[in-house]
Amino acid sequence: MNMSLSNLPWLEPLVKIVRGDNVSQNATIIIKTIGLPLAGILVFLLVWHAAASNINTSLGQFPGPADVVEQSGNLLQEHITEREKADAFYIRQEKRNAARVKVDPDYVPKIRDYTGKPTYIDQIGTSLITVLSGFFLASLIAVPLGIVIGLSANLYSAFNPIIQIFKPVSPLAWLPLVTMVVSALYVTDDPAVAKSFVTSMITVMLCCLWPTVINTAVGVASISQDLKNVSMVLRLNYITHVIKIVLPASVPMMFTGLRLSLSIAWMVLIAAEMLAQNPGLGKFVWDEFQNGSSDSLGRIMVAVITIGIIGFALDRVMLIIQRFVSWDKAATLR
Amino acid sequence: MKTLLELTRVGIEFNTPKGAFRALRDVDLKINQGEYISLIGHSGCGKSTVLNIVAGLLQATEGGVVLNGKEVNEPGPERAVVFQNHSLLPWLTAYENVELAVKQVFKGKKSKADMKAWIEHNLELVHMTHAMHKRPDEISGGMKQRVGIARALAMEPDVLLMDEPFGALDALTRAHLQDSLMEIQKDLNNTVIMITHDVDEAVLLSDRIVMMTNGPAATIGEILDIELERPRNRIQLADDPQYNHYRHQVLSFLYEKQKKADESPDKSQASAQDKSIGTDSVARDKRAQKIA
Ligand SMILES: Nc1ncnc2c1ncn2[C@@H]1O[C@H](COP(=O)(O)OP(=O)(O)OP(=O)(O)O)[C@@H](O)[C@H]1O
Ligand SMILES: [Mg+2]
Repeated sequence: MNMSLSNLPWLEPLVKIVRGDNVSQNATIIIKTIGLPLAGILVFLLVWHAAASNINTSLGQFPGPADVVEQSGNLLQEHITEREKADAFYIRQEKRNAARVKVDPDYVPKIRDYTGKPTYIDQIGTSLITVLSGFFLASLIAVPLGIVIGLSANLYSAFNPIIQIFKPVSPLAWLPLVTMVVSALYVTDDPAVAKSFVTSMITVMLCCLWPTVINTAVGVASISQDLKNVSMVLRLNYITHVIKIVLPASVPMMFTGLRLSLSIAWMVLIAAEMLAQNPGLGKFVWDEFQNGSSDSLGRIMVAVITIGIIGFALDRVMLIIQRFVSWDKAATLR
Repeated sequence: MKTLLELTRVGIEFNTPKGAFRALRDVDLKINQGEYISLIGHSGCGKSTVLNIVAGLLQATEGGVVLNGKEVNEPGPERAVVFQNHSLLPWLTAYENVELAVKQVFKGKKSKADMKAWIEHNLELVHMTHAMHKRPDEISGGMKQRVGIARALAMEPDVLLMDEPFGALDALTRAHLQDSLMEIQKDLNNTVIMITHDVDEAVLLSDRIVMMTNGPAATIGEILDIELERPRNRIQLADDPQYNHYRHQVLSFLYEKQKKADESPDKSQASAQDKSIGTDSVARDKRAQKIA
């Protein structure tokens, strides 16, 4: 209840207006919470439109809001067409197989996958899967590492310089190394996932590891002495101490780190996909850029906005999870 | 009566960046089974340090503590601690906080149903049954302190150690909890060491008041036997000459014999109000200071 209301700050005054109390005051609240953001967006669109019509590139005019709307429609339409083609392909294949089985009952039908090129929506899907895999892998390493480091001042001192050095490294620097290592180590005849996927995922992981490690470690290290004393008086063993005291106590800080990590992961992913040629949004942008048609800039702009919206949505999802698992309800989370 | 706990020439030196700091020296104390002891002394003299040494949270550098014939050198549930600021785990309900302790102490000794009954029994002792499924941030300071006491009692400790258990509470709540504690004490006859800043509290609750000299190198200055009959009633005692005599003795120890060295004469009035020991209102000022 609390959660949904704080996400929709205009809802409560709206209900009040409907009930008839304090109409003018509540109207002001609504104007402030919905009107101002809308006005901001409107101004932005106008400025964008004006600026775009004044920028000419070798690929034509810079895309304005109208082009973006048009290209979004196109991309969606392409997706629908492609799906229809795929469906048609499978129906044809089924029919053909059925016919052959009729003629020759011993025939084992071959089922082939449709091999159309990935659509924009498919690419969004790939990007999301890649970023979440990288992020989960990073969390799987970062949370335990953060806890172990946070529990021991000595380990903290030992690891801190390494963390501080790796933290600011750009994904572009990691990528060539990761690519070579993946090519050398990931050799199977029948790869379950593409090499480019593994490369992007590992690059994402390497870049988004650090905020979670640091925040978890700080959270663990700053557990109050009182709680540690409770644990000592009860003679909790190491494992119980970690599960019953350390983990819950550091959940708020841990999630601060995880949220930072996920936003970094998403940012890194686009660059990684561009270079690793993983079929996601990054590759889409790169391909459009190489393609260089008159629509390309508009399509890239659609990607830019999509990337922004997805990044925002991912952060909101993390925030909701954080609110749900955090015992510290007093802390305002935004 | 049998000696349960014995402190022998306990002393401690802290290593600080500015060199060794001697907080305690030659603390000698014998405590009998079922005795209620108060530790009183000016702020910073070393009361918490004594308590933490008994709890095993700090190691004495000289001397030692013997409980039931065994030397104490690490914390353990047979010396349960009630911490000044309740120290409940904020993500657990009152019930779960007590449960954590009970599970740890009675693992393999009590059945699940017995544990549940035992947890509820202890919460009932401190009158917390109605709110036992609330989390610490949903209950008042006094209620949190009750849960802290229930948690400690539920461990069935040999000694109950309390560091200013009511220090952060308002006068009314505190009086209420003191009465509850006296009631519980009548039934269970625990051995208790309690730190307090409140002279009335010390006289009302204790069998003996241990008064500490000022630090550094603090030690026990005087020990006052309180021979008031139990059950004690705070209202009747207010006019009791014997009670007032004890009060007077503690106050005179604190304000005449152990007048704080750093209280310069011109400031002494102001600082006596917000720093040192006295009755309820003074302790409340201290709380305000701690919060600030
Ligand atoms: N870990 C420590 N390292 C260094 N000095 C310490 C440490 N713990 C306590 N001290 C010092 O020992 C002295 C006694 O501290 P202690 O906390 O026992 O006082 P207290 O009597 O409990 O005071 P209060 O009434 O304010 O709680 C103080 O001067 C304090 O600064
Ligand atoms: Mg203290």
